[in-house]
Amino acid sequence: MTEPGKPTIVVDNLHVEYKTFSSGKAAADRRSLLNKQRGVRVVHALKGVSFVAHEGESIGVIGHNGSGKSTLMRTIAGLQQPAKGAVYGAARPALLGVNAALIPDLTGDKNVVLGGLALGMTPSEIEEHREDIIDFSGVREFMDLPMKAYSSGMAARLRFSIAISRDHQILMVDEALAVGDKAFREKSEQRIRDMREQAGTVFLVSHSMRSILDTCTRVLWIDHGRLKMDGKPKDVVGAYKKSK
Amino acid sequence: MTEIDYAAIAREAGLPRVGARPTLPAYLKEMWERRHFATKMARYRIEASLAQNRLGLAWVVLNPLLQAAVYGFVFGVIMPRDTREGINFIPFLVTGFFVFQFFGQSFSQGAKAITGNRSLVRSLGFPRMLLPVSAVIRQVYELVPMMVVLAVILVGFGEAPRWEWLYVPPILALMTLFNTGVALIAARLTVHLRDVTQIIPIVTRLLMYMTGIFYSLEQVLADNPPWMLTIAQLNPVHDYIQLVRAMVLDGQEVNTLIVVVAIVAAFAFFVAGIFFFWKAEERYGRD
Repeated sequence: MTEPGKPTIVVDNLHVEYKTFSSGKAAADRRSLLNKQRGVRVVHALKGVSFVAHEGESIGVIGHNGSGKSTLMRTIAGLQQPAKGAVYGAARPALLGVNAALIPDLTGDKNVVLGGLALGMTPSEIEEHREDIIDFSGVREFMDLPMKAYSSGMAARLRFSIAISRDHQILMVDEALAVGDKAFREKSEQRIRDMREQAGTVFLVSHSMRSILDTCTRVLWIDHGRLKMDGKPKDVVGAYKKSK
Repeated sequence: MTEIDYAAIAREAGLPRVGARPTLPAYLKEMWERRHFATKMARYRIEASLAQNRLGLAWVVLNPLLQAAVYGFVFGVIMPRDTREGINFIPFLVTGFFVFQFFGQSFSQGAKAITGNRSLVRSLGFPRMLLPVSAVIRQVYELVPMMVVLAVILVGFGEAPRWEWLYVPPILALMTLFNTGVALIAARLTVHLRDVTQIIPIVTRLLMYMTGIFYSLEQVLADNPPWMLTIAQLNPVHDYIQLVRAMVLDGQEVNTLIVVVAIVAAFAFFVAGIFFFWKAEERYGRD
């Protein structure tokens, strides 16, 4: 193994808590103040996770549903405040999730603009990348149709293409590789490898062990909010598979 | 397990903490750099909300116009006429209602800007202030066709175009500052306490009656002690509407108090709103 590059992300004893309502209706429940107070329950999603990520690493994050993988990613991206501990990062890490910014009633073309702006591109950068995005997604002939008319696979491909169009120093991909057909998946994996070679750090959350083994140089196994294992993909994936 | 001093590693590598609130100048600079997101989102949301309707964009104007018609029916036909002596009622009502609508919508949409875009706040990093600001920008866009229709109505009801009309855009610009401040304050309050959304329609309704959309406060309060009118004129919403009315209608007066309140409230609310909203930047999307 080569010597790791400079640290890009330092996660220091990270704890994250969610306040929620035990009725399960969460914030929608506004019937009375008393009710609300009584129902509050604290969910401890992350219980002290620490690690250091370096330049040129591609880190897979695995774990069962609800183990805290997505919470970890969101906290590293600065979207979730830690209850305790801290995350230090060189650049603002970008979480690959452009979905929320898009409007299904609008055409694919307009959504490319909107998604790009949401990711922090300038209008001229979007013009520059527009063709690449459309080419990569492979849905060129549907660009002037509203996105709600797309099949789920087409929509997912366009979303992914918008999301990776920007050069990120630190990139997080949350199960996005599961989208699309085989050809698109291979293209996506190649794109992520390229990004890593530009001295970036890539995090990949996935349930597909094949994707993890194919693209990652290191794997973190999160279990019930704790870092259970951190090491080479083969070792960690092997142990994870055995635990099932 | 050996103890590793992670904070020291981060210091050595010169890594700042992620998600820390930037200083106010840095924050505003980032806002400016990403202004296109706010404007495009405002425009596209109007397009998307209207794409389903047959009449499309016409609803932006038609909806407030029909609402004004309802109030016009109630207050114009049923209410006694001495509340608006010598006033060209229809232009008076529509002017007031359209301008009030600009405030009311900015207030309620601004309040929902963070809580209503929860998934956006939770998945992408950007200055959160863009969301309430975008909500106000959307209202500004919708105001433009409303003002065009207002001009048509004014002319149709015998108010000839005059040079004073040119004062209306600057007055509305001042009001936009005020609305933005109110939207930012409401947006943060709603995050702290969701119940605020329940109160906003009531506050808006109360303000509407206190503002005098269907009657002239100046006339209704004429027989009462003067301090009552002074209090009514301390309401900035009333002052913006009264200023616009004075520019487009005959027989509408403004005094120094109205002008001063309109200007002071615009800048005071704008600055206070920005500061108040920025203070809680780290909290949005946390729950």
